[in-house]
Amino acid sequence: MNETANRDLLIENGRLVDPSQNLDRSARLLVIDGCVAAIDPADADIPTDCDRLDASGKIVAPGLVDLGAELREPGNEEDETIESGSHAALAGGYTSVLCCSSTRPCIDSPGGVEFVRQKATKARGARIHVIGCLSKGREGDQMAELGLLADAGAVAFSDAPKSMPNDALLKRALEYCRMFDLPIIDRPEVPELAENGMMHDGRISLVLGLKGLPTEAEDLAVARDVRLAEATSGRLHVGPVSTMGAVDMIRRVKSRGIDVTASVCPHNLCLSDVELRSFDSKYKVHPPLRSGKHVETLQKAVADGTIDAIQSGHMPRSREKKMDDLDLSPFGGAALETTLATTITYMINEQLLDWSAAVDRLSTAPAKIAGIAGGSLRPGSAADIVIIDPNQNWTVNGTQFRSHCISSPLDGHSLRGRATHTIVGGEIRYRLRPELQHIA
Amino acid sequence: MSNAVQPDLTFPKNWHRRHLLDLESLSAEEISTILDVAQQLKEMTQGCRNKISLLAGKTCANLFFENSTRTRNSFSLAAKRLGADTVEFSSAGSSVAKGETFIDTAKTIEAMGVEWVVTRHGTPGTPHLLSRELDCCVLNAGDGPHGHPTQGLLDILTIRQHRGDIKGLTVALVGDIAHSRTARSNIWGLSKLGAHVIICGPPTLVSPRWTELGFEVAHHLDDILPRCDVLNLLRIQFERQRARLFPSVHEYAALYAMNGARMRKSKDDILIMAPGPINRGVEITPEVADGPHSVILEQVNNGIAVRMAALWLLSGANERAKANAKSSPAD
Repeated sequence: MNETANRDLLIENGRLVDPSQNLDRSARLLVIDGCVAAIDPADADIPTDCDRLDASGKIVAPGLVDLGAELREPGNEEDETIESGSHAALAGGYTSVLCCSSTRPCIDSPGGVEFVRQKATKARGARIHVIGCLSKGREGDQMAELGLLADAGAVAFSDAPKSMPNDALLKRALEYCRMFDLPIIDRPEVPELAENGMMHDGRISLVLGLKGLPTEAEDLAVARDVRLAEATSGRLHVGPVSTMGAVDMIRRVKSRGIDVTASVCPHNLCLSDVELRSFDSKYKVHPPLRSGKHVETLQKAVADGTIDAIQSGHMPRSREKKMDDLDLSPFGGAALETTLATTITYMINEQLLDWSAAVDRLSTAPAKIAGIAGGSLRPGSAADIVIIDPNQNWTVNGTQFRSHCISSPLDGHSLRGRATHTIVGGEIRYRLRPELQHIA
Repeated sequence: MSNAVQPDLTFPKNWHRRHLLDLESLSAEEISTILDVAQQLKEMTQGCRNKISLLAGKTCANLFFENSTRTRNSFSLAAKRLGADTVEFSSAGSSVAKGETFIDTAKTIEAMGVEWVVTRHGTPGTPHLLSRELDCCVLNAGDGPHGHPTQGLLDILTIRQHRGDIKGLTVALVGDIAHSRTARSNIWGLSKLGAHVIICGPPTLVSPRWTELGFEVAHHLDDILPRCDVLNLLRIQFERQRARLFPSVHEYAALYAMNGARMRKSKDDILIMAPGPINRGVEITPEVADGPHSVILEQVNNGIAVRMAALWLLSGANERAKANAKSSPAD
């Protein structure tokens, strides 16, 4: 099974894109003992018995890093398990995933962190890092034991995808976390304004009679978040965001030198609320699909760096749950296996991002925000690598996902670009099946 | 069956739909076709009183996930007047209460061999989902605040009977537009037929975005009253007041109730409509509800006519689709 583990590897003929070293050129990459040994090594330094991987026509980049995916285990294994989610991540080109605390029980104790770590080690998928709960029981009342969670290995704190409704708690947590230098992630939404909403509040929701999620529900929460980050000098990541108002505020506070980061989900970079006209629950996603002008604003904000990272927003839900009517069907869908292709199709191919910036938003920046290894192919770093065929056309088919979840707002869409190999610590853990390599 | 008359009705060439889901997706021509057929059927049944055996042997399933007596009975009567059988399902006490999804429930009922599923559900779009899952005809009898096409059609039929043509009329829909499927059906039906539609109510119940879609929005009934040919007074649901969308029922009545004083400011031939059930003293006072301008009970009778028309048209299109599928099996 693991014959490729820890074998030395030379990836040749590929185009190496690594924004952490400002690299975008054809180069050979040598991996020895699970680490990047050299870029363009001298022939004499290449072990004679090392494996060779021909990456002609392909992009070689640091493996993708996700700032927040729900893996649903323990408690909702019908939606996803750590094993299925970490393998879905590999298929999407991810080598590291931060998993959300929204399990049952939620991850608000060191034991919860340990459970995920053990399961992830066994799964041998992408590396799984744990986001610990920000509040005890995700109830928004008391701080979780952040120090103990940090000791157990949590890399960030958040109640996401739930927002933190308690201003005072968020402020105290931002202050308190400074001693661990770990980020707090908030999915900004004022619950009272978002209550029972099913889709973006706009013309389409008006016509369809579907209760709207108003943009101000997000804008007000972002305003609070960035103000508290400024007041406390705490490390705050806001995301995913989905509105023009959020972008505007983040841009303004960044221009004042306040250290806040933000992310966006791929579905908000390509689809609009018009899709809900079908009443199909696959379009009931979080954050909601907004109107076209928000989509355009978010695209530009990713391009100019106002939004630092693209996060999958992977919220897997079982088929039977998504089969219900729009009201009862939960928010969410699978995204780990489509985020890379969505970015290539709608951002790179539309000339909004170049490859280096795209790899930054998907890998280098999120690794830096989370404060974890990855996002770089500097010699000495772990060989977490994705090889991408940028020209492969494929049609999203949820039933072929490795995720347990088959629902995706992009199901049926034609996308361009796909991970063909995902390498974790020098081990090729994922290869795109050859029969899928040439599907037009 | 002693008073059953023999059918004499030609199937309209322009009708191809197997489902009636909303009025937004229908053309003006299709809307007129349903209204024409409804008018004919009403006359053929002496005001929806007698039976004609146009649809004998077919079964209509009422699949109601929300309470309804008026619409449900109206559909049942419409089916029975055309000779069809009816079968009733409601969510309380059925397998829906046991956790079955509504699609599974509908498929189960379809498997019993029904021609139509008439459905009411609290969530917008449920009839649209059913229409993709079922082979039988789907009629929307109300999907949350989204649509109630037969209600829109019966309102328009009533106006047409009094005014002949919809084009050029000014029709105001008054009240809780935000939560009203009746409003959303009337808005599309009337505007497609050329009426000028005014949407009137407090801003918490009438979104200013309707103007972006080309409709006139008004917040003061007294300002628009002299211009209106028709007023359709939507029912105020008391739970909206509890949700603090307006301060009190008392204040709502003062601002929007149609009363004698307001009648005197109106056109001499104004039509007063209400989809019902009406709250006497809230959106309409008894003197107006029972007065000479009120056509509320005519609406109820026309409800049976448009539902007969819808059942007949959808079933005819369904049969033609099946016949076409048989004659070209390669398709």
